[in-house]
Amino acid sequence: MSNELEFLSQRVAKGRLTRRDFLGRAAALGVTATVANSMLAAAARAEGPVKGGMLKAGLQGGESSNVLDPALNLSQVNFNFGKCWGELLVELAPDGSLEHRIAESIGSSDDAKVWTMKIRKGVEFHDGKSVTPEDVVATLERHADEASKSAALGILSGIDSMKASGDEAIITLKEANADFPYLMADYHLVIQPNGGKDNPNAGISAGPYKVTVDEPGVRYGGEKFANYWQGDKLGHADQVEIIVINDPTARTAALQGGQVNMVNRVEPKIVDLIKRVPGVTVQTASGRGFYPFNMFCDTAPFDNNDLRMALKLAMDREELLEKILRGYGTVGNDFPINEAYPLFSTDIELRKFDPEKAAELYKKSGHSGSILLRTSDVAFPGAVDAAQLYQQSCAKAGITIEIKREPGDGYWSEVWNKQPFSLSYWGGRATQDQMYSTAYVSSADWNDTRWKRPEFDKMVATARGELDQDKRKAMYRDMAEIMRDEGGLIVPFFNQYIDASGKGVQGWVANPAQEMCNGHALVRCWLEA
Amino acid sequence: MSSPILKLIVQRVALGIVLLFAVSLLIFVGTEILPGDVAQSILGQTATPQALAALREELGLNDPAYVRYLRWLGGVLSGDLGTALTSGHDIASSISDRLANTLFLAACAAVVAVPLAILLGLLAVRYRNGPVDKAISAFALASTSFPEFFIGYLLVFFFAVKWQFFPAISTVFDGMSFIDRLHAVALPATALTLVVLAHMMRMTRAAILNVMQSAYIETAELKGLRPLEVIRKHAFPNAIAPVVNVVMLNLAYLIVGVVVVEVIFVYPGMGQYLVDHVAKRDVPVVQAVGLIFAAVYILLNIVADISAILANPRLRHPK
Repeated sequence: MSNELEFLSQRVAKGRLTRRDFLGRAAALGVTATVANSMLAAAARAEGPVKGGMLKAGLQGGESSNVLDPALNLSQVNFNFGKCWGELLVELAPDGSLEHRIAESIGSSDDAKVWTMKIRKGVEFHDGKSVTPEDVVATLERHADEASKSAALGILSGIDSMKASGDEAIITLKEANADFPYLMADYHLVIQPNGGKDNPNAGISAGPYKVTVDEPGVRYGGEKFANYWQGDKLGHADQVEIIVINDPTARTAALQGGQVNMVNRVEPKIVDLIKRVPGVTVQTASGRGFYPFNMFCDTAPFDNNDLRMALKLAMDREELLEKILRGYGTVGNDFPINEAYPLFSTDIELRKFDPEKAAELYKKSGHSGSILLRTSDVAFPGAVDAAQLYQQSCAKAGITIEIKREPGDGYWSEVWNKQPFSLSYWGGRATQDQMYSTAYVSSADWNDTRWKRPEFDKMVATARGELDQDKRKAMYRDMAEIMRDEGGLIVPFFNQYIDASGKGVQGWVANPAQEMCNGHALVRCWLEA
Repeated sequence: MSSPILKLIVQRVALGIVLLFAVSLLIFVGTEILPGDVAQSILGQTATPQALAALREELGLNDPAYVRYLRWLGGVLSGDLGTALTSGHDIASSISDRLANTLFLAACAAVVAVPLAILLGLLAVRYRNGPVDKAISAFALASTSFPEFFIGYLLVFFFAVKWQFFPAISTVFDGMSFIDRLHAVALPATALTLVVLAHMMRMTRAAILNVMQSAYIETAELKGLRPLEVIRKHAFPNAIAPVVNVVMLNLAYLIVGVVVVEVIFVYPGMGQYLVDHVAKRDVPVVQAVGLIFAAVYILLNIVADISAILANPRLRHPK
C-alpha cells in the first residue's frame, strides 16, 4: 500500500497527478489526510525547489518612518527585507554554525587578535560592480563610525584598525575575541558598494533580490537578481513582497485569505486555532530570547543573596510556561543562555519550584514586608499575567509580592534598568560572549541586574580570547553556574519564535537565531507547483 | 446671487483662515509639550551626550520656541512642510500619496453612506413609528454601537476569510487600476459606512420630523399630496441645513478619524502615518499632519455653513 502511495506522491510532485486525486486515492487506501499530506510534502521536498512565482510575507514590525539604510534597521520588516536584498560576510546556519557568504573563509592569528577574511571572487552588486575587500572594509568603517548611528556600533567597538589587502580584509582587534566571525553575522552589516558611504539608503548590495518597491510602513518588493552568486541555491521565487501588517488579527486573516504566503509573530494564545486552518502550518523555532524578572544586585533588599535565591525558588516555571506561552518555549534556569547557543553545557541542573526552601531562605534573609514588582504589557505579551502568577507562587512560600502595573509609554525609559525589580525581555545574541558583554559585565550600559563582579568581568574577557573550544565551553559552564546561583536574574522561560506559512509553501528551515528562518523565509522557500 | 451672500462667504472664509492660524499655534504648543526629547528618540538610548548636542544643534532645537514657530509657519506658507526627522524624506511628497489614499477611501465610503443615510432617513419619516422606521433605526443604531474594530473583524471574517470575496488587507499602490482599488477598499469602506450611517440617518429623520410639525406641511397634506411628495417638496428642503451640518461632520470624521479602520485593514492612509511619527516624536510630520487635519475640518465646516445659508431663503434674502 505505502509503495503505491509513495509512487503516487512522486507523480503529484512531478505534476502528473493532481493533489485532489492523490488525496482521494490515499483515502481509498485507508490513509488519513494528515499522513497523506505529509507524504506529499516529503515528495515535494525531494523533488527540489520550484522556481518562479511570487512569494509574499505579511509581517509585524514596520513603520512609515523606516529607511533602507541597514545601519538603522531595528524592526522586523527591515530585518527581513534586508535579508532579501542584502548580503553579509557570514550568516548563522540553522545548526548554529557559520555559513560563509561574501567571506569565503575567516582565519585568525594565534592570539585571536588579527582576523583575516578572504573575500569571495565573482560576487556581484546589483549595480553590476564586483564586491571587493575595499567595499567590505568601507562597510565596517561606516558602521564603526558614530555618525552613521549604526546599531552595530557596539559590536564593532573592539576593532583597532582594518585594511584591505589583495583579496583579503584584515581586521586588528584591541583585545582578543574568538567570536569575531560570529559578530560579522550581525544583520546590520550588509555589504554595500563603498560601504554605503555615498548613499546608505540606495538598497544596493549583493543579495538574491533587487529592491523594486520601497514604501516604508506599507510594502516592499524585490525582483530576482539574475547574477546572484548562489542563485541555484537561494532566491527561488521571481519576485518577493513584504506587506507591513502590524495588527495580529489582520495578519492571520491575510494568511487565511491567501493574500500572503507567510506571517511572523503568531500569538501563543491563537496558535491552536491557526493549526486547525487547512493548509496553514505553524512554524516554531526555539530561540535565544527570554523574558527576565530583573533584580538589582546592589539595591536593598535584593543585595542579599538569600533573598534573591528565595525569589528564584519561589517561581513555578512550568506553570508560567504553560499559562503564559502555552508551552511554546522552554523553562529558564536563571542565567541568560540556553541550548540554542553554541558551547552550551546541557548538564547544568534545572532549578525547580521549591516553596519550602524558598520560605526557609526568605526567613534567613531577615526581610519583612512586601516586595514591589513592576510590570507592564509592553515588557512582553502576557507580562502582567506572569507577574500575577508569580505573586501567587510566592505566596505559597510566604513571600508577599506587590504588583505595580506601569504605563507602556515610558516603560523603557523610566522603569526598565531604573527600578530595582521589574519585568523585561531580551532578544538574545549570536554568542554567549555577546550576551554576557551586553548586559552582565560591570561596565555595560544595559546591566539591568546591576551584576558588578570584577572576577566575573575577568572570566568574560578570558573566555572571549580563548580559541580552544573545550576550554571555552568549561569557562561558560562556570559562568552560568555563578549567575544561576548568585545573579539578579530570574528567567521563567525562553520563548519560541512562532511564525506560520500558508498553502503550498515549501523549504522552511527553522533557525534559532531569529524569526522567519533567520529572516531567510522569502529567499529559502518556494511555492509548490 | 446678491452681494450680501458674497460678503457672508468671504467673511466665513476669512474667519476660517484666522482659525487655521490659531490652530497652527495650538499644534505647535502641543508638540512642544509632548514628553520626550526628539534628539534622544532619534539616536536611541545609547546616544552619547556629544552626539545629542550635535543633533540638537543640527535640528535647530536650541533656538527659542517663537523663532522655531515663525520659521515653521514661514515654511508652511511657502508650501514647504519640511523633512521628516526620522527618515529624512520630504514630508509634502510623503503626505500627498497618503492623503490621496485617505481621500479615496473617505470618498468611497461617503458615496455610499450619504445617499443611503438620507434615503433611509426619508423612509423612516414616511413610515414613522411603524415597523419599517423601527427596523431602520435598530439596524443603524446597532451598526454604530458596535466598535469599529468589531465591525471590521466581522467583515474580514465573513468576506475575506470564509467566502474570500474581498482581500483581508487593503494595500493600495501606484499603478493599481481603479477597479482593483475599489476591490481593495471594499471592506474598509463598508465598515466606515456602517459606522457613520446612523448619525446622519437619525439626524435627517429628526430634522424632517421637526419640520413636519409645521402648519404648511398640514396644508400640503390637506391639499392631497402623497406623503413622499410632501416630504420631498416641502419638508426636506427646509431640513437641509441641519442635515448638511451633520453630513459634513461625518465627512470630516471619515478623513481624520479612521486610524482604527486603517490599522485593521492595513490601509496606507494618513492615520497610520501620523501614529508612527508621534511614536517616534517626529515633530515636523506631526505638525504637518495636524495642520492638514485641522484644515479639512475647518473647510468642511465652512462648506456646511455656506450651504445652510444658501439653503435658507430667509438668510438668502435678508430684509
